[in-house]
Amino acid sequence: MRLYALVAAGGFRRYATYRIATAAGVFTNTVFGFILAYTFIALWDERPGLGGYDQSQALTFVWTGQCLIAAAALFGGGFSDELQSRISTGDIAIDLYRPVDLQLWYLAQDLGRAALQLIGRGAVPLAAGALAFDLALPASPLRWLVFLLSVALGCVVSFALRYLVGLSAFWLLDATGVNMFSTMLSMFFSGMLLPLTVFPGTFGEIAQRLPWSALLQVPADVLLGRHEGVGLLAALGFQAAWALVLLALGRAVQAVATRRVVVQGG
Amino acid sequence: MEEAVIELDELRKTFVVRRRAGRLKRTRHEVHAVESISFTVPRGEMVGYIGPNGAGKSTTIKMLTGILTPSGGRVRVAGLDPSRERTALAQRIGVVFGQRTTLWWDLPLRDSYQLMRRMYRIEEPRFRKNLDRCVDLLDLGALLDVPVRQLSLGQRMRGDIAAALLHDPEVLYLDEPTIGLDVISKAKVREFLHDLNAERGTTVLLTTHDLTDIEQLCKRVMVIDHGRLVYDGDLGGLHAIGESERTLVVDFERELPPVSVDGARTVRTEGPRQWLAFPAGASAAPVVTALAERYPLVDLSVREPDIEDVIARMYAGA
Repeated sequence: MRLYALVAAGGFRRYATYRIATAAGVFTNTVFGFILAYTFIALWDERPGLGGYDQSQALTFVWTGQCLIAAAALFGGGFSDELQSRISTGDIAIDLYRPVDLQLWYLAQDLGRAALQLIGRGAVPLAAGALAFDLALPASPLRWLVFLLSVALGCVVSFALRYLVGLSAFWLLDATGVNMFSTMLSMFFSGMLLPLTVFPGTFGEIAQRLPWSALLQVPADVLLGRHEGVGLLAALGFQAAWALVLLALGRAVQAVATRRVVVQGG
Repeated sequence: MEEAVIELDELRKTFVVRRRAGRLKRTRHEVHAVESISFTVPRGEMVGYIGPNGAGKSTTIKMLTGILTPSGGRVRVAGLDPSRERTALAQRIGVVFGQRTTLWWDLPLRDSYQLMRRMYRIEEPRFRKNLDRCVDLLDLGALLDVPVRQLSLGQRMRGDIAAALLHDPEVLYLDEPTIGLDVISKAKVREFLHDLNAERGTTVLLTTHDLTDIEQLCKRVMVIDHGRLVYDGDLGGLHAIGESERTLVVDFERELPPVSVDGARTVRTEGPRQWLAFPAGASAAPVVTALAERYPLVDLSVREPDIEDVIARMYAGA
């Protein structure tokens, strides 16, 4: 286990070396947050209570999204691009002969990255949003702690999804299509563009049950206090269940991939 | 008979490749990357494993590390079945892929070694000792705090070799360890490998395109082509099989028509200089004597056969 702790720490420090990239990311997130915030204000002025949120809650949702955009990799990518390129160049051979578990290795590294990006790219935009707008942020430290737990679970789900995307490179010579598709799904079904509760009927119901909702919709609702008591446990359970299912699926796919597929290149 | 560390018995690897044939149709092709290879390597031996691109060298090494499952035959490394006992085997082998790195790209070299320590569960004193030794012999002292991405190719390669040895592997696979290195870096790497094999008795399987590596390091050489083992023996034998020739470079007093002596033939002339080829196994003395008796000699030298040509001729013959 200490190995994976070290790998996570390495993932953290690795991203910490790119300070300018982090600063640029903070700036982009903040600008993007303002654009979305004004759009949401216009929308909620027109339709107060849309999706069950008042305007201040809707704005909190926007800034929570900006806070998690990098940590939960709402745009996809990150290590999965690296995994794909290691598969296509054959560097994956190195990852495979070592006495380590491939999935745990990448999970540890990605969680290290997520931790750095939650601090480095998440905190500042959220603070900027809180200064500029009237956000419905909780006062209770316990709520913040549960929020962090929910974010952590969301990051694991995000990892598990991207691990599958990364492994697709074992079968596809060019994974660009899969990557774009997964980015689209993740942007939309995480609730980053609009909270999933806004969508009516069956579509809304389904959207909220898909794994992507564990990335943002669930943590944001936890922060807003929309889940309490048993409901809160159910929400966290929902995230944990998707995490387990997708990690198990990733394992199965990995087993097939490494057994059957050619490791490319000399 | 010495204990065999690497054993291959009619090892095969077949890949199925689908090719486009028309709009929707795909045809299946079987590619025999390795076709029935058998050999054993006793403990402490250093063996060269050579062949042209696509001959099946890397596929063999991948099966020896357990990351590819053989399609047939049997393989044992240190008594283990690589693909089934991959993790157990990993503790006992070291691998260096010259064109790839196991080091952590964005972080200092030192961090990668700490990672190795955890990965292979190396106890602190042994880790210290091995690291100090590698740092000393491979000249890594000044590089430990440098991020790997800033290392030169030669430095990175030395860093990679150290990383592969911290857990005291019994067997070391080296896949093109000197590729792209300059002459000095090559010499350093070779010297280190030689000492490693001599002092620690590490069994080494060396894949390379640089035949100087083989000449300087390996008593035994195996040649693989089209997935088959076409030669297994010492370098001298390879010369014999490849009908390799030594060359006598002779300077005469003046320009002469191509000379003729028994046991040699003139292959090239250029002004007063002529090149005479004779079998690598034969002595140069009778040829030189005959030349000296009949022609006005100024100077002469003997050139050893170029092993690359030897192998090229073997391929041409096979």
